[in-house]
Parts: sequence; C-alpha cells; structure tokens
Amino acid sequence: MSALQTTALIAVVAAGTAVVLTPEALRQTMVLGIFGLTLTILFFTFQAPDVALSEIVVSGVGLPLIILAALRKIRSQERDRQAEERDS
Amino acid sequence: MTRRARLALFALAGPAFAAVLVIGLHGLPTFGDYHGVYGLLVNRIEPRLRHATDIVTALNFDIRAFDTLGEEFILFTSVSGVALLLRRLRVADEHAERSRGTEDHRFAGASAGVRMSSLLLIPLLIALGGYVVLHGALTPGGGFQGGVVMAAGPLAVLVAGRYLIMKHLAPEWLLEAADSAGAAGYVLMGVGGLIFTGVLLKNFLPLGTPGELLSAGMMPLNSIAVGLEVTGAFLLVWTEFLDQALITTGGEEG
Repeated sequence: MSALQTTALIAVVAAGTAVVLTPEALRQTMVLGIFGLTLTILFFTFQAPDVALSEIVVSGVGLPLIILAALRKIRSQERDRQAEERDS
Repeated sequence: MTRRARLALFALAGPAFAAVLVIGLHGLPTFGDYHGVYGLLVNRIEPRLRHATDIVTALNFDIRAFDTLGEEFILFTSVSGVALLLRRLRVADEHAERSRGTEDHRFAGASAGVRMSSLLLIPLLIALGGYVVLHGALTPGGGFQGGVVMAAGPLAVLVAGRYLIMKHLAPEWLLEAADSAGAAGYVLMGVGGLIFTGVLLKNFLPLGTPGELLSAGMMPLNSIAVGLEVTGAFLLVWTEFLDQALITTGGEEG
C-alpha cells in the first residue's frame, strides 16, 4: 500500500468519526461533505476514477442540498408552531 | 432497560463482535492480492470485442447492460415517488398558507463575487458534464457521472440566490421530459438489440476505431440516454425539495 493510499484511508476514518461526533445537524451536513471529499480521494488513490467522479458530486452537492432543504422546512415548521403557541 | 443492564449487554456483545471481526479479517487476502479471473478476462476481451477503452463503462452498458436497465428504473421510480409525495404535500400547503408564501426567493448574503463565480460555473459544469457523458466509453466517466455534473450546472443559479430563475432555466416539464426520455431511450436501445441481433441490449451498431469519439457501438448512445435521465432525475428531486423549503414556507426571511 502506498503512502498516499494509507493517508487517504486515515483521512476517511478521521472524517467519518467526525461526522458521527458532530452534534448539530446543520454542521453535520458540512462535515458530511468533507467526509465525501476524503472518500473521493480514497477512490481516486485506489484507481477507481469512475466511482470518485460520482462520489464527489453526490456527496458534495446532491446529498447536502436535500438535507439542507429538509432542515429548513423542519425549522420553519417548528417556528410556526412556537408562534402559534405564543399567540394562543 | 436500565443503564446498567445496557452496559452489561454491551460487555457481552462487544467482545464477541470484536472477536468475530478479528477472525473474519484474518482470513482476508493481503492487500493488492488479486485472485479474480473475471476482472482479468473482461479487461482482455472487452477492448477487442466492443472497441471500448473504459472497461467500467463497457461493463455497465455491455456485459451487465441488464443490471443497468434495472438501475435506470430504480432511479426513475424513486424520483417519481419523491415527486408524487412532495407535490401532494405542496398542494395541501398552498391551500393552507397561500397568503403567506412569497414567489420571490433571494439570499440576503449572495455577494457580487458569488453571483459572478456561479455565472462562470454554469457553462463550465454543463460542458464538463457533457464531455464526461460523451467520452464514457473512452475515459473514466459515463452517463451517471456526467449526468450528475450536468445537473449541478443549473444549481449554480441557486447558489447565486436566484431560485426562481433556476426554475425558469430548468422548468419541471423539461426535467420530467429528460428523465422519461432517458429511461425510454435506454429501453429502446435494448429493444433494438432484440430486433437486430435477437438478444436484448446486445450491440447492433458498427464498432468504429478504438479511441475515437464514435466507437464502441451503442455505448455512446447508452451513455447519452443515461446522462439525460440522471440530469433530469437529480434536478427534479432537488427542485421538489427546494420548492418545499423555499417557496411554500420561506416567506418572511427569504
């Protein structure tokens, strides 16, 4: 195993752990994007550029966007409920 | 279950799991030790048989073309499901809060620099995506990878804070048409194989010179069909989610 591959593996372990340990959903989404980037580098160093290409777009744009939209919807609903409780 | 009971359970299960894992990992072949026959065989025959130079694409569109057909429809069905569910929700929302929803969405924080760079990103992403789709049989990439990159192009408009312009650029009817045309195109190519060679999804086009853009038989066309479907599918899902988050409830702060 080359030094590059070892480094990429360690980076994936570190970033994956960081995703689990991040407490707040919004920040977790950002860390998830970084985790995807380390996975991309891993695939690339293991000579799977096809997979790396898919991974970078799905984890960098596709997934975070859907999570962010869902988070925003949930938060605005919570705000509405609190406002209603205050009014009544 | 109390905390103590849970810890006791973990004290039993943890080491057992670790032991199984260690035994399992011990039996694995060492790193880089490849004993597969299939991979070597495919690497050898596929450039000769189909004149493709990217064997991953050759696997997807030739040797395992039927698997790709299934994957096409997994994507198509899941996207249809998302659209069906979220549109129903949106109709309900619009009835309840029509007065509150605003039709204009702008990020307060999109600076001139962000808007400028997103303007640059749009053509770059679409060109790169198109390149990756068209060169699927030659270099790493193919329909799925290029399609996702292409779908990110219109999304740059959202980053610039102009969601409604993005919807104008990539309207839902167009995305739906791309999604369905891509899926149908792949099936039609397969049926073409059935008609001209008697085998579903088998190549029926001339193979061309290896390394040229129009080579590897049907693969460039398959790649375009998949690219079209993936672009439409991803943008449709994003649009549905963003509609939920930005238009129906994002009135007050925009």
